[in-house]
Amino acid sequence: MTRFGGPLSTSKYTARRALTVGAVVLVATLLLSVLALGLGAVQTPAAEVLSVLLGRGDDLTRQLVTEFRAPRIVVALLCGAMFAASGTIMQGVIRNPLASPDLIGVGAGAGLAATVFLLAWPAAPPGGLPWAALIGAWGGFGLVLLLSRDWRGGSGLHPVRLALVGVAVAAALGAFQQLVLVRAPDGLGSALTFLSGTVYGADALRVMRLWPWAVVLLPAGLLLARTLDVLSLGEDLATSLGTRVNAARLLALGVGVALAGAAVTGAGILGFVGLLAPHLARLLVGARHARSLPISMLLGALLVLAADTLGRTLIPPTEVPAGIFTTLIGAPYFLYLLRKTA
Amino acid sequence: MTDVPTPSPSPLSTRSLKLAYGPSVIVPDLDLQVAGNRVTSIIGPNGCGKSTLLRALARLLPSAGGQVSLYGQALHTLPSREIARRLAILPQGPTAPEGLSVGELVWFGRHPHQGRFPVRRPEDHEAVAWALDQTGMKVFAGRGLDTLSGGQRQRAWIAMSLAQQTEILLLDEPTTYLDLSHQLEVLHLAVRLNQTQGKTVVMVLHDLNQAVRYSDEIIAMHGGQVYAQGRPEDILTPALLADVFGLKAHILRDPDTDRPHIIPYALTR
Repeated sequence: MTRFGGPLSTSKYTARRALTVGAVVLVATLLLSVLALGLGAVQTPAAEVLSVLLGRGDDLTRQLVTEFRAPRIVVALLCGAMFAASGTIMQGVIRNPLASPDLIGVGAGAGLAATVFLLAWPAAPPGGLPWAALIGAWGGFGLVLLLSRDWRGGSGLHPVRLALVGVAVAAALGAFQQLVLVRAPDGLGSALTFLSGTVYGADALRVMRLWPWAVVLLPAGLLLARTLDVLSLGEDLATSLGTRVNAARLLALGVGVALAGAAVTGAGILGFVGLLAPHLARLLVGARHARSLPISMLLGALLVLAADTLGRTLIPPTEVPAGIFTTLIGAPYFLYLLRKTA
Repeated sequence: MTDVPTPSPSPLSTRSLKLAYGPSVIVPDLDLQVAGNRVTSIIGPNGCGKSTLLRALARLLPSAGGQVSLYGQALHTLPSREIARRLAILPQGPTAPEGLSVGELVWFGRHPHQGRFPVRRPEDHEAVAWALDQTGMKVFAGRGLDTLSGGQRQRAWIAMSLAQQTEILLLDEPTTYLDLSHQLEVLHLAVRLNQTQGKTVVMVLHDLNQAVRYSDEIIAMHGGQVYAQGRPEDILTPALLADVFGLKAHILRDPDTDRPHIIPYALTR
């Protein structure tokens, strides 16, 4: 937009600012990743971590870094990015700043479905889990939409209403999930603790299961940037500009829900990442999705990695789930948003 | 306002059009032809269906019966993108996401012309520059939309519609919420676009005198039907004012245009 630069004050959200923010967050994420790869029961100095990443280093360190820690780091980064992308997309489509996959039934539905799937078919192929989660994600979301509708025929959906119904439905679905877990055979039950919102136990298998979804859905999300921008003008203007609004919304929602559903199979329901990352991204680089989406993904990745790393190292050997930290920051912010919007 | 014969087919026409919101029928059965290359204003009391009609003409509202045609082709058979290149509508009270600049808003107008990837071709830059120039918003291009006055904001929105470069421009109450000088700015702009670009402009206006002064043709609506359609000087009669608006008014002569200027003084009820 510098092409049209005028004598009066310009908008602060420039391309240069977006690139700078992106670079800073990316570097911070890389640094934290290297740091996190060195942290654990055995402290591995950063220099050794780097040598392992470059292909050198002794066998023991390499095994420690690549087999035990790397999968966890990767899952944290991917799930953070996916939750953030999902939140950005859903907020854009539903035009509700309170929309976040864990708050509108998407996460809870996915979690319940994943739990049921794992318990009912323990011998099922691991690749099937995200599909089950996806179905559950749509189920949970559909339930929230259904219950939030104004049955008296009013038009429009007050943002707070959707959020409140979402919280209630998430609590209900979560309760079902707990019930199922409590009645499960001991071994299986504990294997599902990750669904409560922690990266604990992430192994190479989980990475392999998550990776294809991330590789397809994250770029798909980025490609939606312009569609989301046009949708943000409202239904009338979007139609006037030639967009088929219902088809566009459905496509965007499809990607958004799938992102969250798959992320749940990686780290469970990481509360509020899908709320915090998009808001922070918009604050930093503005509302244009070509900028806010990638920044949001990076921030989500950084947030979850930071939360997980903190959880691992705060009170060793106890592990505090990453979801605790994201909720600690996210819940007060959510309450603040509720007040502001209502 | 030139005296050129209207070309055919009519850019926007309806046949047996029925419009409803759920069970509530707003327009029961409407046959209408909008004159091409003219400025047309739709007037009428609240609830008469003027905004509903405008939205239907712009395919924002599907018809419950009958059809709307764009240059003779049924609107519902045309792809939305194709329509967007020939017809632009600026709805009432448009909203934009926070922090959007004027320039960014106007660029949205190029959306129907851009392919899958928003490549900015020379013709796109030209269209945006022209739109900003026509509305006098060039100097505000970098400013955030929320930092502008009401009139400036409205001009920015019109600039976005202009950037679409359509032959037909529909404006739904473009002057509501603006102060008088900004209202005149917008109306003068609409007339200028018609005179210099030959655009077909259709506006829904509340102010009768503005409609009379700035339009070539007026469509007066009442109860979802067209009460009268024609030149302002021909159709603005005491009968129309009484039947459509329930008003008794003095009808004077506008010294500049020789058209009626109405001064309401009582309700007929």
